[in-house]
Amino acid sequence: MKPAPFAYAAAQSVDEALALLSEGGEEARPLAGGQSLVPMLNFRLARPALLVDLNPVDELAGIAVPEDQSLRIGAMTRQASLLRSAVVGRRWPLLTQAVAHVGHAATRSRGTIGGSVAHADPKAELPVALTALDARFRVRSRERGARTLAAAEFFAGPFTTALRDDELLVAIEVPAPPRHTRMAFAEYARTHGDFAVAGVAVVVAPGGHAALALLGADAVPVRAHAAERALRDGAAAPEVARLAAAGVADDHRRALISALTERALRTLSS
Amino acid sequence: MHINGRVCEGEVEPRTLMSDFIRHQAGLTGTHVGCEHGVCGACTVQLDSEPIRACLMLAVQGNGRALRTVEGLAGPDGALTALQRAFTEHHALQCGFCTSGFLMTADALLRRQASDPNPAPLTEAEVRRELAGNLCRCTGYEGIVSALLDVLGTAS
Repeated sequence: MKPAPFAYAAAQSVDEALALLSEGGEEARPLAGGQSLVPMLNFRLARPALLVDLNPVDELAGIAVPEDQSLRIGAMTRQASLLRSAVVGRRWPLLTQAVAHVGHAATRSRGTIGGSVAHADPKAELPVALTALDARFRVRSRERGARTLAAAEFFAGPFTTALRDDELLVAIEVPAPPRHTRMAFAEYARTHGDFAVAGVAVVVAPGGHAALALLGADAVPVRAHAAERALRDGAAAPEVARLAAAGVADDHRRALISALTERALRTLSS
Repeated sequence: MHINGRVCEGEVEPRTLMSDFIRHQAGLTGTHVGCEHGVCGACTVQLDSEPIRACLMLAVQGNGRALRTVEGLAGPDGALTALQRAFTEHHALQCGFCTSGFLMTADALLRRQASDPNPAPLTEAEVRRELAGNLCRCTGYEGIVSALLDVLGTAS
């Protein structure tokens, strides 16, 4: 239960981290909060030759609301910071609700938003909440420059993203919600703080915007398009829930997603 | 780094976990190592007042930081904190293996409540949720929960 030997470099800037990742190639791994990677190191499921520690990179941490009123979350922002952010609680309460389900106080203090996203655990809450919010993922590499991906492009499979070996997720951008948007997150996990078996993130705004993202329906976060259309058309909660769960093959998860959709719709916060 | 206000210096391999540095190099064996992959909470310590899993941090990452372990709870004269006294009064431990982790988690919670100008009183369900990241295989948690509720009641 001890990691295999590796070389360690504490990056001081994004440019330095990108240079280290570029030189390290596929043997190098960025280290964010370490709440998923360090267990994998301890089990020796991951044996990178070089760990590039992002923790000293101040420019990667922080929550900002630029002039366009969108939300910019630096990749190294701690889950605890997101949970405590007043502006996020006021305008993107879906993220506050979702991150409250992520681990425990003693893991949220180190765990980062970018780490949760880049790890792409199919049972993780934040990727699903960000998918419902039409978040965009800003990535950079030394050779290829910067690009911005939508959730459907970023999440490629279980524990797999579109990130290349030399690319780093630097920030997550969440568009400003329309006025009077209501959001809710609901999940079922076997114990509090454990990864979810199933979950639902709902965003509804007057004027015909509706988003519904599912956890546990597939190996990546998915949007329930038929349920979203029904929600826009003013369908009742049981019908929206039926449509959201319709494509889920597993009986237990289908039942959970249906029940959680109804629960989320009931608790929509303004 | 500073541990419990004392300077601890050491050279470590990059792969040395903070939990091992605390025990083997700083000689502070009150921090226990259970699962070593972040599930059991036995190795919980505080980094800059926030609870963390010592088994999920590399010792090199502690360079220049301030760490607090269970040995840092009691006063210099050995006087126990209200939380520690409540643990004994409520029989919140049997074998004691998980206890230091529970104490560090609960102490961080008490500090967070104390620093909040308008703390909402925590219900028993909320206290149980706050403790959900620490496993105890002896007590069934009842004594631990009542000890923390007792201190939260006295503190407010």
